[in-house]
Amino acid sequence: MINLKKNEILYFALRNNKLKVGLAVLLLFVVLTIVGPLLTNYPPMDYVGPLSAPPSSEFWFGTTSFGQDIFSQFVHGLKASFLVGIVGGGLGTLLGMLVGFTAGYRGGMVDEALNMLTNIVLVIPTLAVLLIIVAYLEVRGIFIESIFIGCTAWPWAARAIRAQTFSLRSRDFVDLARLSGMNSLKIIFTEIAPNMMSYLLLVFILQFGGAVLIAATLDFIGLGPTDAMSLGLMMNNAVLWGALILGIWWWFIPPGVAITAIVGALYITNVGLDEVFNPKLREM
Amino acid sequence: MKIGEEEGIHPLRLQVPRPIGYIQGGKVKRYFGRKLLIYILTFFVAVTIDWMIPRFMPGDPVDALMARAGSFAESTELMHDYYSKIFGLDVPLWQQYLNFWNALLHGDLGISVYVFPLPVTTVIMRAVPFDILLLVPAILLSWFAGNWFGAFAARSKRLDNTILPLGYILTATPYMWLAMLLAWALGIVFNIFPISGGYSYAMTPSLSWAFIWSYLQHWFLPFLSLFLVGFGGWAIGMRNMIIYELEADYSHYLEALGAPRRLVRKYAFRNAVLPQLTGLALALGVIVAGALVTEVVFSYPGIGYLILQAINTRDFFLLQGCFLFIILGVLLANFAIDIAYVFVDPRTRIGMQGE
Repeated sequence: MINLKKNEILYFALRNNKLKVGLAVLLLFVVLTIVGPLLTNYPPMDYVGPLSAPPSSEFWFGTTSFGQDIFSQFVHGLKASFLVGIVGGGLGTLLGMLVGFTAGYRGGMVDEALNMLTNIVLVIPTLAVLLIIVAYLEVRGIFIESIFIGCTAWPWAARAIRAQTFSLRSRDFVDLARLSGMNSLKIIFTEIAPNMMSYLLLVFILQFGGAVLIAATLDFIGLGPTDAMSLGLMMNNAVLWGALILGIWWWFIPPGVAITAIVGALYITNVGLDEVFNPKLREM
Repeated sequence: MKIGEEEGIHPLRLQVPRPIGYIQGGKVKRYFGRKLLIYILTFFVAVTIDWMIPRFMPGDPVDALMARAGSFAESTELMHDYYSKIFGLDVPLWQQYLNFWNALLHGDLGISVYVFPLPVTTVIMRAVPFDILLLVPAILLSWFAGNWFGAFAARSKRLDNTILPLGYILTATPYMWLAMLLAWALGIVFNIFPISGGYSYAMTPSLSWAFIWSYLQHWFLPFLSLFLVGFGGWAIGMRNMIIYELEADYSHYLEALGAPRRLVRKYAFRNAVLPQLTGLALALGVIVAGALVTEVVFSYPGIGYLILQAINTRDFFLLQGCFLFIILGVLLANFAIDIAYVFVDPRTRIGMQGE
């Protein structure tokens, strides 16, 4: 029975074009992130080439107006984006699960209190909070940035997971587990969570994309990592040093293309997966 | 799958909408009472964060601020006294906290370093009109146009296949990057629009036609980039919601009764627009963040540009003031959406949905 169901999902997954396109784009960028640093001899921050050189066989993506290799910056920036997505998005999903499961399963006063907290954090614009926190940090790393992003990104995930938990917790099989004396933690992890695995995966994908975007925004305003390169920082430097007016398009186009492609691919993968998991949406 | 979509399969949907005249005052009051409580608490939390961060981050805030404000020689001494007084680090913490609230309620957010010695409140109030005139049209127009278009595109094969990928690309685009592309393409390459400032630097703000024209020219590109990103997101959201709704039992029932396609769509739209309205409230934070970076790209004299200057000149009072103004704006917008919700959704009026 279980095998059959897995095969069925695989069957629909392999026939879903959105899923295929999304995953292919993501795979391309993952490979580029891993292989990219091996293809370039130049460290991302060093002044290695001619100033503002357009793309050439020597410098694939050209150079900045300081003579830095843009391809090198680009692949290192990709690494930073994936790190932020995994750590920030992962943390956001975990916190969302923690709050959502607790609120949805416990109900009552716990739910009221957590719901209130969720609604409050939900209203406060994430970026505004990150701005004033990060601005006070002397040294900023990508990892710390991801942690802060994860800590502020969880509310909508918590709300969505709570709603799902709420609808699952009064089902017969959960009642049965409760009657058999299973403790709440075990019920949540063995009875409720497996039944919304697909949903949790979708939540993680959206959190991943959100974390990448918010990190890029933060870096762009000038609160990016002080010790590393990121795609947002590349755009920040480009605008700061007049790449727009000087027409150095090879400086600001690649980082934006990468972010758009990664986040867009995540969204499309998300919709594709949704169609695979949800039979109602399949017939298209 | 979008935020708030769990409401798309809400069992309450199956209920027949009640006539609009069916209003019970008490329920509405409770609905707003609850919302208001959350907003007041949110503001309280925001102010507390604003107060806490400089005090609980590692290092002494006055020293840190002085080290950074060091380049402004003539203001150094003044600033030192001022900072020491503001932080009042010798009084107990609770007293500092009360003092902070007291100053805040008197509209005192401190003195700006960036435009020393103007009060932060004055500096921000100068920027706010630019933000409102940029954001309100961009948000409303993209929401209406996106919803209309998404509903139009849903389940029509050709539009779905062309518009949908475009919508995903638009909504995944970082705001600042689209702004940069537009500025570069339309501002530099084709030289149609100015790409810097809120109005021509040769002018002083006045109510003349020349100024308004200059203002509109500078306004268009930031507006367009905010509009486009929003449009993509709303169109996709609406298209997905409509498909959920067209699969709902009531739609099938209507179809079985032989109702025309347009009528079924109309019902679907009315239901699908509710999560989109909730979505708008949830997306406000992201939109505001987008507006901030868009302003940075265009050197547009709103809050976003102020924040950039505040970060570059280490003007922490200005930064914290901007933070509070953003929160205040988002809270007000949320409240406006809550009011709109009551008009759009009859169920809120009869208290079937708590939130």
